[in-house]
Amino acid sequence: MTQSNLVPSPSPRMVLDSAVVRFAGDSGDGMQVTGDQFTAAAALARNDLATFPDFPAEIRAPAGTLYGVSGFQINFASQDVFTPGDAPDVLVAMNPAALKTNLRDLKRGGLLIVNSGAFSAANLKKAGYEENPLEDGSLTGFNLVSIDITKLTVSAVKELGLSNKEAHRCKNFWTLGLMFWLYGRPLEPTVKWIQNKFHKRDDLVQANIAALKAGHAYGETAEISHNRYEVPAAPVSAGTYRNIGGNTATAWGLLAATQLSGMNMVLGAYPITPASDILHELSKFKHFGVTTVQAEDEIAAVCAAIGASYAGSIGVTTTSGPGLALKMEGIGLAVATELPLVIVDIQRGGPSTGLPTKTEQADLLQAVYGRNSEAPVCVIAASSPGNCFYMAIEAARLALKYMTPVILLTDGYLANGTEPWLIPKLDELPRIEVKFRTDPEGFHPFLRDPQTLARNWAIPGTPGLTHRIGGLEKDYDSGHISYAPANHERMCQTRAAKIAGIANDVPEQQIDVGDDSGKLLVLGWGSTYGAIREAVQRCRARGLPVSHAHVHYLNPLPRNLGELLKRFDRVLVPELNLGQLVKLVRSQYLVPAESFPKVQGHPFKISEIEERIRQMMES
Amino acid sequence: MSNIVEPTRLTKKDFETDQDVRWCPGCGDYSILANVQKVMPELGLPVEQIVWVSGIGCSSRFPYYMNTYGFHTIHGRGPAFATGIKIANPKLSVWLATGDGDGLSIGGNHLMHCLRRNVDVKILLFNNRIYGLTKGQYSPTSEVGKITKSTPSGSADQPVDPACVALGVNGSFVARSVDIEAPHLAEVLRRAAHHTGSAFIEIYQNCNVFNDGAFDSFTEKTHKADRQIRVEHGKPLIFGAQRDRGIRLNTRTLALEVVMLGVNGVTEADLLVHDETNPTLAYMLAHMPYPAFPVALGVLFAEKRPTYDGALAEQRLAAELKQGKGDLDKLLRSGDTWTI
Repeated sequence: MTQSNLVPSPSPRMVLDSAVVRFAGDSGDGMQVTGDQFTAAAALARNDLATFPDFPAEIRAPAGTLYGVSGFQINFASQDVFTPGDAPDVLVAMNPAALKTNLRDLKRGGLLIVNSGAFSAANLKKAGYEENPLEDGSLTGFNLVSIDITKLTVSAVKELGLSNKEAHRCKNFWTLGLMFWLYGRPLEPTVKWIQNKFHKRDDLVQANIAALKAGHAYGETAEISHNRYEVPAAPVSAGTYRNIGGNTATAWGLLAATQLSGMNMVLGAYPITPASDILHELSKFKHFGVTTVQAEDEIAAVCAAIGASYAGSIGVTTTSGPGLALKMEGIGLAVATELPLVIVDIQRGGPSTGLPTKTEQADLLQAVYGRNSEAPVCVIAASSPGNCFYMAIEAARLALKYMTPVILLTDGYLANGTEPWLIPKLDELPRIEVKFRTDPEGFHPFLRDPQTLARNWAIPGTPGLTHRIGGLEKDYDSGHISYAPANHERMCQTRAAKIAGIANDVPEQQIDVGDDSGKLLVLGWGSTYGAIREAVQRCRARGLPVSHAHVHYLNPLPRNLGELLKRFDRVLVPELNLGQLVKLVRSQYLVPAESFPKVQGHPFKISEIEERIRQMMES
Repeated sequence: MSNIVEPTRLTKKDFETDQDVRWCPGCGDYSILANVQKVMPELGLPVEQIVWVSGIGCSSRFPYYMNTYGFHTIHGRGPAFATGIKIANPKLSVWLATGDGDGLSIGGNHLMHCLRRNVDVKILLFNNRIYGLTKGQYSPTSEVGKITKSTPSGSADQPVDPACVALGVNGSFVARSVDIEAPHLAEVLRRAAHHTGSAFIEIYQNCNVFNDGAFDSFTEKTHKADRQIRVEHGKPLIFGAQRDRGIRLNTRTLALEVVMLGVNGVTEADLLVHDETNPTLAYMLAHMPYPAFPVALGVLFAEKRPTYDGALAEQRLAAELKQGKGDLDKLLRSGDTWTI
């Protein structure tokens, strides 16, 4: 393979504001581990960062295939970062399939590191290459560094007597070592991680460390002509930080809710991508008073959670779109019996099984409207991995205070993406007040708080308050079963008013970027926060009069939102669906908001939104 | 709840509610309700420690008529709600009323998992072999060829036997009784109440509107002694008005057979003795083809086993003993952090 772009002279480090790096390889190549370790190093170097793992639904897709390619992208910077970046500056491609599927995103002139050892005739054929792209001149527009990583890894670990297969599997750490050299990162944290991860197999510990060091040494000795880089620490507010992903943040937010309310929690869940990690995480925290039930199906999961709420715990269920569809009848019962319930929907591409590992925001209307009859629930959404923590607490607070199901929407992009996060202190978070009814005087189960309209919560075990509730309509004044026409309308109106009233208990809509009136407002919700914010900032830097507002409360919408929208000439709503929030705001406020849909299983690029804003400004 | 309450002797009246019972006159559910209300005081629990859960169907109106805590849920999912309740508060005595449609059709999945997990819930399945509340369609326990509104040419599917299902999914307590057999039903309920773990009782229940007389052939006074066998642990399997018939194991075919005592030299010593800890025998008894064999009633199987809710409670306790009460601040600062 060509070594022409490797020269043995040292070169200075080039200081960069930011860098976008993508690792791509076979789903069995360990690209997610490589990405995680590279991210940890960036976080320890105090860069601001955002990551985007992108992997196939198959656990180990056939090696070398285009659909088996797994990727991990990170954007790290010495300034604020809001997205994982549009286009990589550096692409690491571990085989022809990874090159084929990712090259189109690499910036022209970008650094392309390729494992030439995987460019066999068979692999080239699987990737659909007729000629070897490393040799046919098709990559001249990039800064190609072609290295036989397979051979160098096998040689680095050959003393340790691993099987051929095991030796090959160390090549991700070799690659990581090289990337650490390129960006001047220390090896020690990853060495420790390897020691911990493989502690049962000393030979694997030795081999992976050897591979890591060999990759690093390769950079040192056969130095790549390309500059070495340095991305200095980002200036951020004082405090203690950690790197956090959306699913972890959601799980920890739920744990925080138990401590803030002093209540136990029961999670009913059925494994589903990309929500399962919340079940895995919460199952480790029994000492927080959390019990997890891996139920027989999505329906049983929500029903067990409602049963737990009925008995006086915080009932929670976590799922993705197909699971939410199955839970809807159960959620309707929680609406009818007015029990607290937290439902977390980690949205993914649909319909049906759709794109299990890809992101989408197309469950909004399902969440708001997807039940039989008049069954209003509160719907909220998180906007970044770290924000999932606060929105999970908010979901529990609203569910307990208003005796209602609350659906928290995140998505695959937030769930698996990570960012540095300023760690809060428990005593700085607001307490969640929960009162159980104990007084038998004048009791019936549907007595309401006049302010919130929440019914009083009398849990089994309380003397003098035995009562029966269920899905049948009940009399407003006694809680007994009632089929009376006027009563049913009154109950429907009351349940609707209770949810609508939540708008008085949540923050008014803020403008996130820009002026509070003007020519164009870009209105977003959920995981599009970073891309919209960055795009609006760039447009404003060019003098375009555009603002950004990001909605976290979707049902009810913030009480001032209608008035805020009307202060702008035009409203653009970018969403990873075919136009759902845009329908809500148009129907609710009669504003001519315009949709900007994307449903490709991938988040918006900043440039896509920027381009759209510029088009609108010109039209 | 931590207050020590003097056990006051409750009566049947204490378990009745002020709600009108809305089952059809003559329904077998009345008899089941009366027996349950009679046995409940014997649990020695205050009414507030008891929760009745149900799904949808005639049987599932049951909680409205019990002066305990009650949760009338959605179709078929009762076992899942009961599981959540029991996990959240293991001190509660949790009971489930379900039917052949609710428990074995739409809710078959949840019934199966509640039983195999051995959640400490008592399950009463009212089997009337028909859909009553939807006005008379065939059910998963209806006999083949059942003519109903939805099957004018006769149903084409094979039925399931509820007790066999419960045994097949490894239920730890499986019994059968009949709505109108008050003393027998009361005794089975008592046994279920004292069983720690899932207790499954199939109750043959007459729907006098849509499937009247479904069980007459073995419940009518005139011939029930010849068509039923009441099994009791440690006692030989004898039945018949004259107590002259019994159940024997044919060791060559490994099948049960009905034998006449005193005929061909058969004595009581040749008969099987009921052993409620033997799941194979329990299945054979539950599965005896009728009318060649009598219908087996009573506690078919009972085995003491750890419960799901108990195991989860132990895990919580063990975690707390090992790790101390959860500390969020410590958790948030675990692993790699950096301070600026």
